[in-house]
Amino acid sequence: MRELINTYGLALLKALGIHTVYVLVSVAIGFAIGLVVGILLSRKPNWSTVVLPIVSIFQTIPGLVFIGVLFIWIGMKPATVIIALSAYAMFPVMKNTYTGILEIDPKYIDTANGCGMTSTQRLFQVELPLAMPTIIAGLRMATVYTVSWAVLAAMIGLGGLGDFIYQGTYTNNNLLILIGAIPAAILAVVLTSIIDHLQKKVTPKGLQKGGRS
Amino acid sequence: MIEFDHVSKYYGKKQVLKDLNFTIPDGKFVTLIGPSGCGKTTTLRTINRLNEIDEGSIRIDGVNIKDRDKVELRRSIGYVIQQIGLFPNMTVAENISVVPRLLKYDKTRCEKIVDDMLAMVHMEEYRDKYPSEMSGGQQQRIGVLRALAASPEIILMDEPFSALDPMTRASLQEEFKSLQQKLNKTIVFVTHDMDEALKLGDIIIFMVDGKVAQIASPEEMLDHPATDLVRSFLGKHIQDQAAPTKVEDYMLRNVRKITKSRGVHECAEMMARYSVDTLLVEESRGGRYMGIVSIGDLRKYGRTLKTIEPIVRDTQRTARVGDEAKESFDYLIDSGAGYVVVLDDHDRIAGIVTKTSVARSVAANLWGDEQ
Repeated sequence: MRELINTYGLALLKALGIHTVYVLVSVAIGFAIGLVVGILLSRKPNWSTVVLPIVSIFQTIPGLVFIGVLFIWIGMKPATVIIALSAYAMFPVMKNTYTGILEIDPKYIDTANGCGMTSTQRLFQVELPLAMPTIIAGLRMATVYTVSWAVLAAMIGLGGLGDFIYQGTYTNNNLLILIGAIPAAILAVVLTSIIDHLQKKVTPKGLQKGGRS
Repeated sequence: MIEFDHVSKYYGKKQVLKDLNFTIPDGKFVTLIGPSGCGKTTTLRTINRLNEIDEGSIRIDGVNIKDRDKVELRRSIGYVIQQIGLFPNMTVAENISVVPRLLKYDKTRCEKIVDDMLAMVHMEEYRDKYPSEMSGGQQQRIGVLRALAASPEIILMDEPFSALDPMTRASLQEEFKSLQQKLNKTIVFVTHDMDEALKLGDIIIFMVDGKVAQIASPEEMLDHPATDLVRSFLGKHIQDQAAPTKVEDYMLRNVRKITKSRGVHECAEMMARYSVDTLLVEESRGGRYMGIVSIGDLRKYGRTLKTIEPIVRDTQRTARVGDEAKESFDYLIDSGAGYVVVLDDHDRIAGIVTKTSVARSVAANLWGDEQ
């Protein structure tokens, strides 16, 4: 064990750090874009009939291919990884934001309009709070996916936990694969539990099951 | 004052509102009723422009609502819907103060409004609760308060009480009617329940197929329903109108009578037996009515008399079989007299009408004919 730590400890820490940074940055960017696009689509449901199919076709492109194409285009820079991961992180957030807002019971929209809210006031005071549980569920999904997709960064030599996994597969070393895979799994669990905690915080009290007690 | 002037609206090719023309005066409680699909809710929602009209104009206090900013217009009109629609992410206090906050009232003013509103329905302890923690009736009380919070002159209500259980509905109707009378708001109230329309409305607008079938006060509508459909909607209420109105329908037939030739002693003894203080006197058994004899006169003059004839007084009010009962009722209530004697065509005693009869008739008119 000690030997293992001496050999891989520092490299593992560095890889984990890089991996985490990739995930956090990409998810943050993906969340921001996904949220905005989702809101825009919910304002103009007509657009969504065009945008959503395009997006879902895009989503079927394997991450490997996408990163490969970006690598050719942009080169071996962290930006390549960040752009690719952000794009994938964006989808679930965008979709959940859009459906979360559209699935709000029409009576709330009707009363919000009837009370004399502007479209923006309705968005921030009613629609986003009520859609928040669904939006955060999208964020959670995006995070889990991104942790595993970030492994692909190693494919173009940009580090992260993927380094261990690729080395392991090339050299047929199961130990190396595990050294990469287990921390990735732990990272996913830790991040999702942070998001679950966040979800409790942002879910309006009146929407939590069993009231406030 | 809300004026509908040749208002029409189409959904695609289908015309849902057909040339509506009416005026809703200030401070009136107007109920909009009709079969489902008649356009009553659509009509209501045109007033705060949740539905836009295609032809004609709607004016509030002389100003065409098309010329007003939609958002500003809606903030000046209260709105309550059947599904309540309290925002689940806001507390009771936040829900009540939605419109005042939109109007940028300062915090202390909003707080004061919330306090005043909750005090009005005695629900102060619910201030910081969430809608999910309250019953449907309590939620709709808050729904009504939210509509009242910014003191709008007009309040639109779309079947606000119809999702509630009958007990809760009845008490909310009572509360709201008295609230309206106190606050003197103009209310436009959609309902499909004729009981509710009659109970709450000063004016009933009956709509059929996008058109106004009749506009009338509840009394007028009951007396003169404009169409058969209106009549069928009034249903049991119309039959109430056909409730008996003649004096004989309400008189008591089993009355204590005595002939004029009877002795004073016998008379006193009869009064004691039946626990009454007057008896009706007839000329002979089954003969003409002469008047009444009272216990007071009997005591005063009884000792010097053999028969009761000299103390018979013809002062009691009489009515004739076939007369309207209402005249006798009015007399009883105004004069405080105990009863009216009802005579038949041959001046014989048919019965008496008492205050109990009045009560019975009022009850029949209010709650139907079941006795």
